[in-house]
Amino acid sequence: MGEDNPIRKALLYAVLVLAGALTLVPLVWLVACSLKNSEDFFAHVFFPPLDRFTLDNFRELFRQMPFLRLMMNSLFVAGTTVMVQLFFSSLGGFALARYEFRGKRVIMIVMLATMMIPAQVMLAPLYELITRMRLADTYLGLVVPGAVSVFGMYLFRQSMLQLPDELLQAGRIDGCSEFGLYWRIAIPVSRPMIGAFCLIAFMGTWNSFLWPQIILQSKELFTLPIALNQLVGLQRQDYGVLMAGTLLSILPVAGLFLVLQKEFLSGLTAGAVKG
Amino acid sequence: MSKTAGSLFAFQQRHAPYLFVAPFIVLFCTFGLYPLVKSVVLSFYITSGPKSQVFVGLENFLFLLADPDFGKACLNTAVFAACSVFLQLPLSLGLALLLNRKGLRGRNLFRLCFFSPRLVGMVFVGVLFSLVFAMRFGLLNVALHALFGTSLELDWLGEARYVMPALVLTSLWMYVGFNMIYFLAALQNVDETLYEAATVDGANAWQQFWHVTLPGIKPVAVFVVVLSTIGSFQLFELPYLMLQNSRGPDGAGLTVVMYLYENGFVTGDLGYASAIGWTLALGVLIMAIGQMYLGRTWKKEV
Repeated sequence: MGEDNPIRKALLYAVLVLAGALTLVPLVWLVACSLKNSEDFFAHVFFPPLDRFTLDNFRELFRQMPFLRLMMNSLFVAGTTVMVQLFFSSLGGFALARYEFRGKRVIMIVMLATMMIPAQVMLAPLYELITRMRLADTYLGLVVPGAVSVFGMYLFRQSMLQLPDELLQAGRIDGCSEFGLYWRIAIPVSRPMIGAFCLIAFMGTWNSFLWPQIILQSKELFTLPIALNQLVGLQRQDYGVLMAGTLLSILPVAGLFLVLQKEFLSGLTAGAVKG
Repeated sequence: MSKTAGSLFAFQQRHAPYLFVAPFIVLFCTFGLYPLVKSVVLSFYITSGPKSQVFVGLENFLFLLADPDFGKACLNTAVFAACSVFLQLPLSLGLALLLNRKGLRGRNLFRLCFFSPRLVGMVFVGVLFSLVFAMRFGLLNVALHALFGTSLELDWLGEARYVMPALVLTSLWMYVGFNMIYFLAALQNVDETLYEAATVDGANAWQQFWHVTLPGIKPVAVFVVVLSTIGSFQLFELPYLMLQNSRGPDGAGLTVVMYLYENGFVTGDLGYASAIGWTLALGVLIMAIGQMYLGRTWKKEV
């Protein structure tokens, strides 16, 4: 495709900037609303004059709910889940990529099938099972059912298929165990995919609502999405507090994204474009 | 190396792949396969709480077919899915085409910006947009009022006819940029020489798009269509949060998964919930297979 002429170019940028503005406006509004008090809420659409900026909403938020505790809960659950998923999924992906063994085809087919069946089908019996295992209202009940990510296994298989065979053979000749090959060769080489997967898994767990909502009852165990949902019910008038809570809740994911964005964007599309 | 160490080494070499996939197999059988089978069984029972279960055969499914609430949930979900595929994806593709123009500056910045809503989880989007759509001070009403002088009292989430447009607008905000990433990656993979050849053959921009671009990105396009459809069928958090844990006015925000949740975990009939789940799975399966089939036959025409 050729270069655009100046008029078309200006139009192109205009459309892109407009689309970009539409995308960012709600987020800017979120930041603005969390920084102004209830009088300015109606007086100014976005930011109030500089001298009227306030952190009152955040103070009120911390007064109304144990926000730090909730943040730590969410971080703990998401961190644990990501680590466990990362280990099991990459290990499984390694086996599927580098070995021929009986039952491999069956596993691949089963993986594809589970990606097609919506998880909600299992919701009711899974809840029953978790209750019978006495894992309801515990973090184990939150983490264990999702300890292996099928999607992650697929991602790691795809990336580990590209490992040169000579590298693994050389390791074997040097007396490296099979687990050693995974740990010392496959894992270090897959660093970009690990970055991508960590972010995807973290986002998935950090934002997950339905399953925690079903199995968590104790307030001390609540994660951010659950607690924020309750805050919506309690605080219909105090919009600034809600905005402050929402803003703080999305910051960790945004931060992790900024660290991992290169790996993430390439890892995200790798499965679709090459697979 | 001693003899036992040698045989140990041979042992781990022979069985390594099985050990590596063992965690997946154990967890999958316990928390995947078992619940899956159990949900088939459960769907033949009426349950209330863990103790009372009555076998009713196919009655759950028959009841489901005649259940007006379920009909409403299906309709809402289908409308939402249709909007995702026919409204959101063309916009994603259009944006990707724009971003793929030669000599564009700031491509990565634009991409980052369009992608940013995806970083906000569905739940948090729900909270944020319940305020965007609020009366009087809500961002949308304020903007519409400033631009077109409409009323500030438009009750987006309180009037049945506005609920679905509000949900669709929100999902556009969330996903147009996200799906654009896939399209953009696909566009960048289309063989450049094909465009040159088409230009030599005198193909205009539209013909180029139809005969070079679309076939070139088809695998990704099918992938994105299937993924968006599956995602739309599972819609729950967004309306649930935006409508403050309710179905919305006249059930305008009731989705299939929300109905499943209500029946299974509010009313406590896990049997009926399982029947809803399997009906949903069937719908997803039919849609996905249909779309992939269409994708395959369409290639042959081109």
